[in-house]
Amino acid sequence: MAEGLRFEGVSVRLGGREIAALDAAVAPGEALTVMGPSGSGKSTLLAAAAGSLAPEFELRGRVRLDGRDVTGLPTERRRIGILFQDEMLFPHLSVGGNLGFGLPASVKRAARRARIEAALESVGLGGMAGRDPATLSGGQRARVALMRALLAAPRALLLDEPFGKLDAPLRARTRELVFGLARERGLPVLLVTHDPADAEAAGGRVVELGA
Amino acid sequence: MLGPVAAGLAGAVGPAFGWAPELGAAGVSLEAWRTLFGWPGLARAAGLSLSVGVLATGVSLAITLLICAGWQGTRVWRWVERGLSPILAMPHAAAAFGLAFLIAPSGWAVRAASPWLTGWETPPDVLVVQDPLGLALVAGLVAKEVPFLLLMTLAASAQAEAGRTLLVARALGQGRVSGWLKAVLPRLWPQIRLPVYAVLAYSMSVVDVAAILGPNAPPTLAVRIVGWMNDPDLSWRAVAAAGALLQLGLVVGALAAWRIGEDLVGRLGRRWAEGGSRWPAAAEGAARGAGLPAAAVTAAAAGFGLAGLAVWSFAGLWTFPDALPDGWTLRSWARHGPGMAGPALATLGIALAATLVALGLAAACLETEFRRGRRPGAGALWLLYVPLIVPQVAFLPGLQRLALAAGLEGGWASIAAAHLVFVLPYVFLSLSDPWRAWDRRWATAGAALGASGWGVLWRVRAPMMLAPLLTAFAVGFAVSVGQYLPTLLIGGGRVPTLTTEAVALASGGDRRAIGVWALAQAGAAAAPFLLAALGPRLIWRNRRALVG
Repeated sequence: MAEGLRFEGVSVRLGGREIAALDAAVAPGEALTVMGPSGSGKSTLLAAAAGSLAPEFELRGRVRLDGRDVTGLPTERRRIGILFQDEMLFPHLSVGGNLGFGLPASVKRAARRARIEAALESVGLGGMAGRDPATLSGGQRARVALMRALLAAPRALLLDEPFGKLDAPLRARTRELVFGLARERGLPVLLVTHDPADAEAAGGRVVELGA
Repeated sequence: MLGPVAAGLAGAVGPAFGWAPELGAAGVSLEAWRTLFGWPGLARAAGLSLSVGVLATGVSLAITLLICAGWQGTRVWRWVERGLSPILAMPHAAAAFGLAFLIAPSGWAVRAASPWLTGWETPPDVLVVQDPLGLALVAGLVAKEVPFLLLMTLAASAQAEAGRTLLVARALGQGRVSGWLKAVLPRLWPQIRLPVYAVLAYSMSVVDVAAILGPNAPPTLAVRIVGWMNDPDLSWRAVAAAGALLQLGLVVGALAAWRIGEDLVGRLGRRWAEGGSRWPAAAEGAARGAGLPAAAVTAAAAGFGLAGLAVWSFAGLWTFPDALPDGWTLRSWARHGPGMAGPALATLGIALAATLVALGLAAACLETEFRRGRRPGAGALWLLYVPLIVPQVAFLPGLQRLALAAGLEGGWASIAAAHLVFVLPYVFLSLSDPWRAWDRRWATAGAALGASGWGVLWRVRAPMMLAPLLTAFAVGFAVSVGQYLPTLLIGGGRVPTLTTEAVALASGGDRRAIGVWALAQAGAAAAPFLLAALGPRLIWRNRRALVG
């Protein structure tokens, strides 16, 4: 049942004061962009969707993913993919090992290798499974992080300023790739950014938060 | 740091092979080794050293990792931190005495359950403390080392972006505990490796805790070596030197084996992480559930231990199985108080000297590093850890011999110098993170206003860093107060401190005396932490940003 990502009267409070609020629905394959200066609470909203709010925050309202109420679920049971500005590739694992991290263990040996290799190939990184992530360029790392998230078969994608570190031409190409794959797979996307060009590329609704 | 350790080790090699001119022996012989290997208890003593060290390190590490993996960043975490961090300030000997009072057959644990549950009207006749397997010793070490490893893991977590790494792992479907073990731990390990080695080496060769909680027929190798060192018959010194080298070999061997084990676990762990398997929720829950009681027991053991020391020190008549004494009295304090002034003064004087010098040296190193803009490599960190990893009992006898030869044995100054070897690493470790985290722009702002490099240091940095400076001071002070072996050996047994006096009571059974002395030792170690906590609040009461 693909209903997308819904924020129903979500309000995050700290010590009784409201930090951020959102009431919106993101349909499969669509994107919602939350914009605002730093300190406006946009990362807090992302954390609310990811289930990673620090304990001192209080969350009201519900977050639903494909009809499922995920508000009380831990991050690992929500089935969401997250991309950060720093790719957060695990430095102790190879590129292939990073991709395997989220790929369910039910996918066995040869099939596993094939899935990982195919994922790399699809973003122009064929044959790089054995590489140390530290030896990749910024654009390559971003693509590995994307495929790692997708291999875990998420039902939604959360993007936390994911293109901020890339230079302009690379940024445009990476944006296209991320949003293209999300559309292709019917994933609702929540994008948090302060770059208007990101919002434009995402192509969906834009919510502005005040400081 | 290398100097005193190398000199001390070199000083043990000579006598071990029969070369000790000051004893009138100037040949080369294997006599000492023959005597050592002729001692019937040797195999057991060496085995104990090994089993106690590996067990204490393994259990401490497992508890630490379970707590961090299961609870870091949660609401409960603050309680874990609050419960465990005060134990850091407790000297090993005081903690060991406290634990002994708690778990002994006539201790609080049994009293609490007697006679209503156990039916015991007299203490059960079982050997709990000083059990032949050294399990009480392991427990005492674990209670002290868990807070230490936890602190080191916390410090490493900040640099390794533990929070976000864990979030990524969980977004990829991993549970909290398994995700932490797969993604966060491998990034932390390089930074907690040395502290773990220090715990292993310490647990294998500790003397004071082993004398209090460890078995005595035979004792651990380290305790036996100190016995030989203090034998009035000086010819035993050669056997002690040979034993010290054997102890060193044991520790080096155990560290090498541990290192190989690390690689093996690392390889298996990588395969586990890449395989994408997930723990069922029940396994996650069980792992989280196991960490918390382990932390609670650790904190409770130390807390009730300390309370036990206090109660005994004020106890009047206290018969088994009453949970509390029949009456309270100041008699024990009145009896031991007057004799305590000298040792207390020595303890404080030595600690003050060693800590102030260490603070000066550490600050000088860090400031040089700051001005030159260069950070020392991993090699420098190893150097810092050398005195914490090479067993004290292996290099102090040699150092004592050198001090004796140079006519320096037995003075406060030489004891303080020996303490410095152990105080400096802790002071440096405690001060380096805040020192390096200080924003360089403050210095630029100060310099732009006309302050010289020294001016910036004194007028800008030092006041801003009052809180971390006081904390580093407190850490160093507590380390010095807790030193037993350096005080005993370099002081030639002629400079009593709170620690040497307290440990000396271990073989007797006077619980009131032990309560008084161990409590005084714990108080001396804790006092500067109080200063570090309150000082900035008083001095900077109108400066919200500096209270820290």
